[in-house]
Amino acid sequence: MSRLSNATVRKMVVFAVLAVLLVLAALFAEHLCPYDPYAQNLREALQAPSEAHLLGTDRYGRDMLSRVIMGGQSSIASTLVCVAVVALIGTAVGVVAGWRAGVLDTLLMRTSDVFLAFPGLVFALAVAGVLGGGIQNAVIALCAIGWPKFARIARSQTLAVCDASFIQAARMQGTKGLALIVRHVLPNIAGPIVVCAVLDIGTMMMELAGLSYLGLGAQPPMAEWGSMMSDGRSMLQTAPWCVLAPGLAIFITVLVFNLLGDTLRDYLDPKKKGSAS
Amino acid sequence: MGKFIAKRLLQLIPILVGITFLSFALMQLAGGDYVTTMLENTGVAVTQEVIDARKAELGLDRPFIEQYLSWLAGLLHGDMGTSFVSGKDVFATFVQHLPATLLLTLSSVIATLVISVPLGVYSAIHHNKAADYIVRVTCFVGNSLPNFFVALLLIYVFALVLGWLPVISPMPTLGASGVDLTGLVLPTATLAIAMVSKYTRQIRAAVLEELGKPYVAAARSRGVAGRTVLFKSVLKSCMLLIVTLLALSIGDLLGGTAIVETIFMWDGVGKLAVDSITMRDYPMIQAYVVWMAIIYVFVNLVSDILYRALDPRVAQQEVKA
Repeated sequence: MSRLSNATVRKMVVFAVLAVLLVLAALFAEHLCPYDPYAQNLREALQAPSEAHLLGTDRYGRDMLSRVIMGGQSSIASTLVCVAVVALIGTAVGVVAGWRAGVLDTLLMRTSDVFLAFPGLVFALAVAGVLGGGIQNAVIALCAIGWPKFARIARSQTLAVCDASFIQAARMQGTKGLALIVRHVLPNIAGPIVVCAVLDIGTMMMELAGLSYLGLGAQPPMAEWGSMMSDGRSMLQTAPWCVLAPGLAIFITVLVFNLLGDTLRDYLDPKKKGSAS
Repeated sequence: MGKFIAKRLLQLIPILVGITFLSFALMQLAGGDYVTTMLENTGVAVTQEVIDARKAELGLDRPFIEQYLSWLAGLLHGDMGTSFVSGKDVFATFVQHLPATLLLTLSSVIATLVISVPLGVYSAIHHNKAADYIVRVTCFVGNSLPNFFVALLLIYVFALVLGWLPVISPMPTLGASGVDLTGLVLPTATLAIAMVSKYTRQIRAAVLEELGKPYVAAARSRGVAGRTVLFKSVLKSCMLLIVTLLALSIGDLLGGTAIVETIFMWDGVGKLAVDSITMRDYPMIQAYVVWMAIIYVFVNLVSDILYRALDPRVAQQEVKA
């Protein structure tokens, strides 16, 4: 057993380091780009990958490598904002619903049921559509559909710890209200929520890129993986690198965060290891 | 059973009210834009007076709740207004595009089941061997690929490089030599790849869990062939999981087709929605949102009922509780 968890810990550290590297690369994107990602140079348009341009150039002669790095900044940053907002709102709603029970609980949970009744991206598409293009609006749209999942997890976890003896003990010591929730409930329900949040990063990133691909997220000329792929689509035959480079970037990033989420789940919940892996 | 269905139907009412309310409120967010867009599309010179007059004519100056109720009444009668762009009846246009999306959804579900059930079972039987490992890695990769990237990769390989299939997917037509389904292949494959990755993993886990149960060992020790146990007992109990997964992913499919339909120019409701969003055709977007949610809610209802019919334990637990 200890050998198994050691292997899990080692895997987790590796994936965590990779994820941190991606986030750092996004943070310092400006300093990593070999060229200006927005500088057009029509004489060098649509060049195949070469030593000068490792990932080739797009139809305006912009360096693809620089644009992929810069695109990582918008994609990764907006995804992380999205997941953070959704996890916070969802957890707050879920904890309140589980803690307060009664009418408020019913009201909050019925509301989340309504949001969950919209399949997949349907509601996000409509929200993004009504708000108009722009990456902030795409983030708002995804936040609108993302929170109920966290509310449900947080609620069931809160209900589970509500009657635990350590909560009663804390109550008897005189801890009340918000302090009780922050100090005793939240730390005990954090595990599953964190796992869900990390696993959600990959999904959110793909959905955000999907909205951008449809023109409902980042707008050109902004470097963002989804809109870069949409831009390169018409040149798929002549310049496939315009689609492949940002596509592979999304794939690798999503893969890293999914692997991290999976090992994190194995680590926090070893019982599920056999069934879920 | 009848009582159960009646109870579930009653529970649907608040959800349906919520769905319609939210869909309606969402379009109100667009506010004055709504009328301005409509007028601009008709080419009328837009002044504040014209806008106000038009608003009064459409009843947009009435209180919110009153507007919602009259919209809801229209929805129930299949009257959801006319498109800003084409001027055609919104509900009729939606219904006209629905079969294409349903066809795509159905073909993806079939493809997914045909591939992922055998693959999941195979992987579980060869637990921790090379084959299992390869299946698991492939599924993980499939899970991390966004569907529009898969679509573009498939187009690149099968349509552009190999030239086997059309880039733009024409609707299946009845030709002289039967039904031409070539247009359906790539969009179906795109949707199926993501689902196969998810299903295979789950089916593998479920089969593994069942195989570890005492009854399997008992049956084996009595001399029942492994194959018989697998097909008669293990797969039967995995049916439940498959029904649950199917209901969930029909939702993902209905919503996910928007991107795939747009890429393959497949003339379903997903593409209709994306086109309507681009052209700010609000009544059309509204119809799409509200009807997709209603369809999804009823798919879930059917899956709940199926689940109960397939697993007598669920009903018994309810009686006890």
